[in-house]
Amino acid sequence: MSEFLDAITGGLQAGLGYQAIFFVLLAVGLNVHFGYTGLLNFGQAGFALLGAFGVAVSVVRWDLPFWVGIVIGLAAAVLLALLLGLPTLRLRADYLAIVTIAAAEILRLVFRSVGATAVTGGTRGLSGFNADFVALAPWAGGRQYDILGTRWSGAQLWLALVGWTLVALTSLLVWSLMRSPWGRVVKAIREDEDAARSLGKNVYAYKMQALVLGGVIGSLGGTVYALGLGSVNPDQYQNANTFLAYTALILGGAARIWGPILGGTILLFLVQFADTGLKALISNGIIPESLLSPTDVASLRFVLIGVGLMALLVFRPQGILGDRREVMLDAR
Amino acid sequence: MTHAPDRVRRHGLRPRPRITRRQNGTGSTPGFRGRRPLVLTLLVAALATVFAVLLPGVAQAEGEQVLGTLSTSRSGPIEGVTITVTSADGKEAGKAQTDASGQWSVDLPGPGQYTVTINAGDLPDNVKLGTGGDTREVNVASGRAQPVNFGLSDGTTGGGGGGAGKVIQLLVDGLRFGLLIAMCSVGLSLIFGTTGLTNFAHSELVTIGAVVAWYLNVQAGMPLIWAGVLALFIGAIVGALNDLAIWRPLRRRGTGLVAALVVSIGLSLALRYVIQIIFGGRSRPYVGYQNQRAIDYGLFSLTNRALASIIISVIVLVLVALMLQRTKIGKAMRAVADNRDLAASSGINVDRVILFVWALGGALAALGGILLGLSDSVQWDMGYRLLLLMFAGVTLGGLGTAYGALIGSLVVGIFVQVSTLVIPSDIKYVGGLLLLIVILVIRPQGILGSRVRVG
Repeated sequence: MSEFLDAITGGLQAGLGYQAIFFVLLAVGLNVHFGYTGLLNFGQAGFALLGAFGVAVSVVRWDLPFWVGIVIGLAAAVLLALLLGLPTLRLRADYLAIVTIAAAEILRLVFRSVGATAVTGGTRGLSGFNADFVALAPWAGGRQYDILGTRWSGAQLWLALVGWTLVALTSLLVWSLMRSPWGRVVKAIREDEDAARSLGKNVYAYKMQALVLGGVIGSLGGTVYALGLGSVNPDQYQNANTFLAYTALILGGAARIWGPILGGTILLFLVQFADTGLKALISNGIIPESLLSPTDVASLRFVLIGVGLMALLVFRPQGILGDRREVMLDAR
Repeated sequence: MTHAPDRVRRHGLRPRPRITRRQNGTGSTPGFRGRRPLVLTLLVAALATVFAVLLPGVAQAEGEQVLGTLSTSRSGPIEGVTITVTSADGKEAGKAQTDASGQWSVDLPGPGQYTVTINAGDLPDNVKLGTGGDTREVNVASGRAQPVNFGLSDGTTGGGGGGAGKVIQLLVDGLRFGLLIAMCSVGLSLIFGTTGLTNFAHSELVTIGAVVAWYLNVQAGMPLIWAGVLALFIGAIVGALNDLAIWRPLRRRGTGLVAALVVSIGLSLALRYVIQIIFGGRSRPYVGYQNQRAIDYGLFSLTNRALASIIISVIVLVLVALMLQRTKIGKAMRAVADNRDLAASSGINVDRVILFVWALGGALAALGGILLGLSDSVQWDMGYRLLLLMFAGVTLGGLGTAYGALIGSLVVGIFVQVSTLVIPSDIKYVGGLLLLIVILVIRPQGILGSRVRVG
């Protein structure tokens, strides 16, 4: 029983902590891309990587204040979005998908290569850059706080506060944008690109703006994750994270403001709950270790996410909050 | 954009099940939904049985060990080199000599920190120790066989060969790699051509082929050739099952192409990590082929396995081309890829052709995986690491065309290998991926593609 409670509190902590904020911000960005504009960005992890390394490299290697690092990360994300959008936004949706996934992989490979070690730390990554950020907390960063059975350090709590504020601000921005004329055009592009074009809208420019906006929000997610972990490593920003964010978005409901927030929280809760629960079951001998070892549990979460993503798209593409007519996904 | 709605309409069967569902009333929709998980479960169960049958052979060594292989591409395995292991307090924990295949291992009294020393005097004259010197510090965890690598060099790497010779060597390596990518991506391209699906799970077909062959080869003790042939058939079956269990029902349902694409990503993710759970995270070689000496052919040198890989790929690809060109089913495949409705109205059974394409794609991908496992060694994510290069090849050649995939993959393979002249080899895949992006800017329809496809 106590293990069951542990699994629940562990899940809660994950569902509200910086990991969840990371995925929620990635998913808010993807919501702009995929939910509202219909762009298939499968390289969101690449944007997050830029946001994370923007802070880390600026502070560790260039001795800049961390907020300058955040700005550098955001600027890099804008640049990446422009680079990706220029060749592909005129083409069919799956081309953007392939190119973005390739770009995220390129970034990861380059950042972890031996040649880049002097800047990015290579496969070891960088650490020790979040002290200034933690020092900004209005309470003691080192103290432990107990909230509803979950245990947070002051630094984590501060990060969660800042992170969720960021989520709220970006969601508010997306909400107001989608109510504006700009949002109506973007949604029209999703529904019928040719119709939008025949009404004299510059579809290419709108798509580009949406790509930049979503990418920037995704890179903020990477920044939060890096500050929460206190270290960065290129391999943390694998493409599997993009798919996890997609699962979160579709679970919550694409093209809904609350979709990514709800989906990210629930998904992270479920993943962590299953993780802790399975490990407890294994250590108690209920699941024999020959069948599933504790190290396999970490892989099993991706199996579950993969199967969940498939099942969601086949049986309930609108997720929890969405409208089925709005997410009749199709190539455009 | 012109092509997308067109594509959906080409799923000619789409409206029908909907109507029947409505006519049958409420009862049939749950029935439709109920059956699919069953088929899926069966697929997973079938896969699991394949592995379960092969699995009992897995015997983990008890106790701690350090082990390794001394070998370079020019000298082959090095025999008779003494390796000494000392524990942290300076006592000698064990000693070993490499055997005829260059392998050595030392059993340890327990976990902990050890120093492994190689006797450099035993090495042949042309082989030198790498920059790491003659000792290695290793930390051996409980129950673990810790591999130790001494990084020997024999002058073949590091620019010893000189300009033209090196370029030709890289061209030949690139040819081998490109043929390998081509084998994997012909199926990918045909599947796209016939169904419109961008199949991200194709990489797992590659891995499954290699992994099945590994189990048959290493655990069941079959010679690699027969293991490979059997794995080829299993690859074809897995490919066909893919279509039967997932994609055909989804086509019937009228699932959009983007939704199908995301489903394939989910499938890829799930299968990849299932393979990791079963196969483990380590990379493991096939038995009997890893210690081959490179044979000098004048301008370039090749191991026999690389030569065999090139010959096998060329033969298989020529056979596939002949099949596409001459046989009835091959012509039907090209017809369906070209225009699905026209093919259907001229009496071609489109579903059967698509099933055949999946089986062919699965078999070719499996063969590609086996050859990749032969040159690199088998790993749980080997297919996934190749996937983007496969996409690069397919896009370069023109999405949906079989010959385009072939040419495109060859170009990508050669480009990736030759690019190591300029860029460090640990980011050589970046070159291939950048090529993909550049192609999309200049000629999005690819070398052999037609403009309409892109829209």
